[in-house]
Amino acid sequence: MDSAPAKRSSWLNDQRVRELAYQILLLALIAVVVWGGIYNAVVNMRARGIPMSFGFWNDVAGFDINLHLINYSNLSTYGRAFWVGLLNTLLIGLICIPLATLLGFVIGVARLSPNWLLSRFALVYTSVMRNTPLLLLLLFWYNAVLKSLPGPRQSISLDDVVFLNNRGLYLPMPFARPSAVWFLGMAVVAIVSAVGFHVWGRWRQDRTGAQMPTALVAAALIVGLPALVIAAAGVPFGFDIARLSGFNLKGGLQIIPEMAALVFGLVTFTAAFIAEIVRAGVLAVPFGQSEAAGALGLHHGLSMRLVVIPQAMRLITPPLTSQYLNIVKNSSLAVFIGYPDLVQIFAGTVLNQTQATVQVMAITMAVYLAISLAVATALNAFNARYALKGQ
Amino acid sequence: MDALTYVRKAPAPEEAPPLLSSGALAWARTNLFSSIGSTSVTLGCVALVAYLLPQLAAWATTRAIWSASDGAACRQHQDGACWAFVVAKWDYLRFGSYPGAERWRVDVTEAIGAALIVWLLWINAPRRAWGAFLFFVAYPILALILLRGSSWFGLTSVDTQLWGGIFVSLLTAVVGIVFSLPLGVLLALGRRSSLPAVRLASVVFIEFVRGVPFITILFMANNLLPLFVPETWTPDRLLRPLAGIIIFSAAYMAEEVRGGLQSLGRGQYEAAMALGLKYAPMTGLIVLPQALTLVLPGIVNNFIGLFMDTTLISIVGATDFLEAMNNAIKDPVWAGPTIMVTGYAFAGIFYFIFCFGMARYSAHIEKVRAKGRM
Amino acid sequence: MSSALADDDRRDDAAIRFIGVHKWYGSFHVLRNISLTVARGERIVVCGPSGSGKSTLIRCVNRLEEHQRGSIVVDGVELTDDIKRIDEVRREVGMVFQNFNLFPHLTILENCTLAPIWVRKMPRRDADELATKLLARVRIVDQAHKYPGQLSGGQQQRAAIARALCMTPKIMLFDEPTSSLDPEMVKEVLDTMTALALEGMTMIVVTHEMGFARQVADRVVFMDGGEIVEMNAPLPFFQHPQHKRTKLFLSQILHIQH
Repeated sequence: MDSAPAKRSSWLNDQRVRELAYQILLLALIAVVVWGGIYNAVVNMRARGIPMSFGFWNDVAGFDINLHLINYSNLSTYGRAFWVGLLNTLLIGLICIPLATLLGFVIGVARLSPNWLLSRFALVYTSVMRNTPLLLLLLFWYNAVLKSLPGPRQSISLDDVVFLNNRGLYLPMPFARPSAVWFLGMAVVAIVSAVGFHVWGRWRQDRTGAQMPTALVAAALIVGLPALVIAAAGVPFGFDIARLSGFNLKGGLQIIPEMAALVFGLVTFTAAFIAEIVRAGVLAVPFGQSEAAGALGLHHGLSMRLVVIPQAMRLITPPLTSQYLNIVKNSSLAVFIGYPDLVQIFAGTVLNQTQATVQVMAITMAVYLAISLAVATALNAFNARYALKGQ
Repeated sequence: MDALTYVRKAPAPEEAPPLLSSGALAWARTNLFSSIGSTSVTLGCVALVAYLLPQLAAWATTRAIWSASDGAACRQHQDGACWAFVVAKWDYLRFGSYPGAERWRVDVTEAIGAALIVWLLWINAPRRAWGAFLFFVAYPILALILLRGSSWFGLTSVDTQLWGGIFVSLLTAVVGIVFSLPLGVLLALGRRSSLPAVRLASVVFIEFVRGVPFITILFMANNLLPLFVPETWTPDRLLRPLAGIIIFSAAYMAEEVRGGLQSLGRGQYEAAMALGLKYAPMTGLIVLPQALTLVLPGIVNNFIGLFMDTTLISIVGATDFLEAMNNAIKDPVWAGPTIMVTGYAFAGIFYFIFCFGMARYSAHIEKVRAKGRM
Repeated sequence: MSSALADDDRRDDAAIRFIGVHKWYGSFHVLRNISLTVARGERIVVCGPSGSGKSTLIRCVNRLEEHQRGSIVVDGVELTDDIKRIDEVRREVGMVFQNFNLFPHLTILENCTLAPIWVRKMPRRDADELATKLLARVRIVDQAHKYPGQLSGGQQQRAAIARALCMTPKIMLFDEPTSSLDPEMVKEVLDTMTALALEGMTMIVVTHEMGFARQVADRVVFMDGGEIVEMNAPLPFFQHPQHKRTKLFLSQILHIQH
C-alpha cells in the first residue's frame, strides 16, 4: 500500500471552486449586459432628447380622462393622471372579481350537475370561452354591441329608469335622504345581531346539542329590521334618474361603454376558467369522503357542508387567486378599447407625450409586480394556515 | 334454505335487468328527469335550444350571402351572415400585404413547419431527435431566408411591415414556442440549480415576467429595446414583439418544465449519477427527454394560450389575424351592419377550431400515456 | 325509532334480511338472487374472489349501492328510495372502509365527534367524552388531536373504527378493512375487531383474513360470480368445503395463510 499521501489534484477540479467560478461567470455576464444596456440607453436617450428624470411627474398633463374617481382635469399633473389610471384599474378588479367568482361558481356547479343537459350547456360555455381570445371578446362587446346601440335620443330603456345607448349604461344614482342614517344604523344592528345569534347558537349547540336555524334568523333580521325603518319613515334613498337634456342624457350613474365592455368581457371570460377550477376542486375530493359521511348518517346537505366543500375549497383557492391576478393583468387590454386604466393612461398617453419611456415603464411594471407580490404573499399565508397537515 | 348452512346446487341464471333500470329509458330517468327540479331544468334547456339553434343555423347558412362582389347584397339582406365578405378578403386575411407573387414562399414555409410539428408531436415517430434538431435549429434559419427574402438566393426581399394576417399569427406563435422552449428549459434547470446565483437569476426573471401583464412586456420590447442597443442595431419592427413573445412564453414554459422535472422522481437522477454521468449528459440524455414528454400536454396548452395572446401584438404595430380582420371590416366597399358581426364570428370560429383542436390533441396524449402506464 | 314502523316489524329479531336481492351495473348482473338472514349478535365473514360482488353486497346494507329487485330489511326498516328510512338505517349501521376515508381536514377527535354532534344532536362535551372513551378502547387516545395524515395506516383504521362506533350502531360493516395495511399493522386492527365481536356486536366482515374468520365468525359465506355459493360454520367450512368452487378458492387462499 502506497504510504505517501495522494497527490493533490488540481484545484480546478475542486467541485466548490468550479461552482463558484460558474456563478462568478454568470454574474459577470449579466453585469456586462446590464452595463452595456445602460450605457447605450443613456447615449440614445441623450441623442433623442428623452428625459432621464422623474421631473415629468409634476408637469401639466393637458389631456382629458372620461372616467376619474378623484378630481382630475386637463390642468392636472401627469402624476395625478397616474393615480386616476391606477384607481380605474383597481376599480375594474373590484367589480370583476366578485362577479366572475359568482358566475364561475354557478357554471362550475352546473358542470357538476347530475342533469346531463345542464352539465353539457355549461361545458359548451366553458369550451367556447376558453378557446376564444379575450381581445376578440372585448372587441365584440365594444364594437359590435355597445357602439352599435342607438344614440341618446333613441335610448333603449327599462321602465324609463335604466337607459342603454351608445354613450353608456345609465343606472339610477342613489342619494341619501334624512332617514338614511336610521336605515344604515338598523342594517348595522341587524348584521351584528345576526352574527351574535350565530355565535350564541353555536355555543348553545356545543352545550346542549340542539341546532338553531341561524341562517333563517339571520336572513329575517337583515331583511326585517331595515324593513321596519322603511315602514316607519319611508324609503331612505332617493334615486336620481337620467333625463334627456338636449342631445344627451344628464344625471344618473353613467357607466361608459368602454367600462361595460371590459367588465362583460372579463367576467364572462374568467368565469369559464373559474368554473373549471371549481369543477376540478370538487372532483378531486375522493368519493370515499362523501360515502363515509353518508355512512355516518349525515344527509347530503351536511355531508357537502362539513366534509366535501371544506376540502374542495382548499384545492380551489390557489388557482382561484391566480385567476384573480389574471383579471387584474388582463384589464390592461383596456388599451385596445380606450378604457382609461393604468396602462392606457400612463404607459400609453403619458409615455407618448413625455417620451420618458424608461421611467414610465418601470413605474407601471412596478405597480403590477407589487400587486402580484401582495397576492402571492397572502396566498402563502393562507396555505400555511389551511393546508392539510401531514401531507 | 337452512339458516346456517347452504351449498348451491345449480348456478343462478343471469337475467336481464328490469326495464327501467338500464338502457336508454333508465339513462333518461337518472340524467334528465331524476327530480322535479331536474325535469324543469331539462325542459327549460330543450326550449332554449329549440328556440336559439334554428335561428343561429339560419343566420349562418340559409339566410347568409355566400358570394357577392361588394357589400350591396349584404346590406340588403341583413338577417344573415355575409360570408362573401370573408371570401373576398381571404387573401388579405391570410397573408396581409405580402406581395401576391411571393406568397408561395409563405405556403412552403407553413407546410414545412406543419410537417415538422407533426413529426415532433407523434409520440412513436422514428428519430424524433432529428426532428427536434431540424425544427429548433434548421427550420428557423430556413424560414427567415424564405420569408424575409435574400438576394443570395434570388428571393426578393419583403419588408416585415407588409406581413400580416393568419400567417403572422402562426409565425408569431411558432417562433414563440421554438425559442421559448429552450429558453424555458434553461430557466427551469436554473431555478432548480444548487448554485444560489443561478437560482436567484432564474427566479427573478420568471417571477418578474409572470407578474406583469403581457402588454407591458410588448411595450417594453417595442419602446425600450431600441434604447438599450446601439443606434445602428435598431431592431426590426416585427422582431420586437417577437422578442416580447419569446420572453413572456419562456417564463410560463419554465414553470411547466419545472413541474415535469419535479415529478420525475429522485430515482432517475440517482441512477444516472450512480452510472457516473455528469450533469450535462445526465440532463440531456435522461432527465429532459422524460420530463419534456411528461409535460407535453402542458406545452401544447401553453402553445394554445400563446396563439391566443398573439392577438395583442397589434398594439405595437404588427398585423396579426385579428388586426387584419379589423382592417378588412373598415373597407367602405363592404360597409354594412352585418359585416362586423360576420367578421368577428369568423375570427371566433377560426380561433376556436384551432385552439379546441389542439386542446383535444393534448387530452388525447394524456389518455394514451395513462393507458401506457397502467 | 320512527313510529311509522309496523308492530310486527319491530318484533323482527333478525338484524338484516336479504330477500331475493338482485343488482345490475348497467347490464352486468352483479348480485344474483341473494337471500340471507343475519341474526342479532351474529358475526358473518364474507369471502370470495375479486368481482364476486361481496363488497357490493354489504354496501347495499347502508344504501351506498341500490338494489333493483328484491328487498333488504335492516333492523326492521326496509330499504327503499325513501330518504328518511335511509338516514334511519345509516344511523344504526356503522361502516369501516378499505381506505379508511377519514376526513383529512379534521383532527381524529373531530372526525369522531362530527356525526354525534350533527346527527344525534349531542352536546359537544358529551360527544368529546364518548369519542375519548372509544379512542381509548382502540388504544389511540393520545393521537386524538393529530390529523389523519400524521398517523400510520393501522392507527388510521383503528380511528375509523372508533369513528363508526361513536354513533353507537347496532350493526357494523367492514369492507376489506386490512387490505390496504402493511403486514405488521394488520394484527392491531384485527385485534380491535375481535374485541368488538366478543362484546356481542352484529358484524358483517368482507375479508381475506381466514385466521380471523376461524377465530371469530359464526358463519362464513362464500360468494362467487354474484351468488352465494356456500355457507357454513367456520370449522366445517374450512375443513369440509362441499362445492367445487369453494374448494378451488380455498386452495388458492389457504396456501398463503395457515
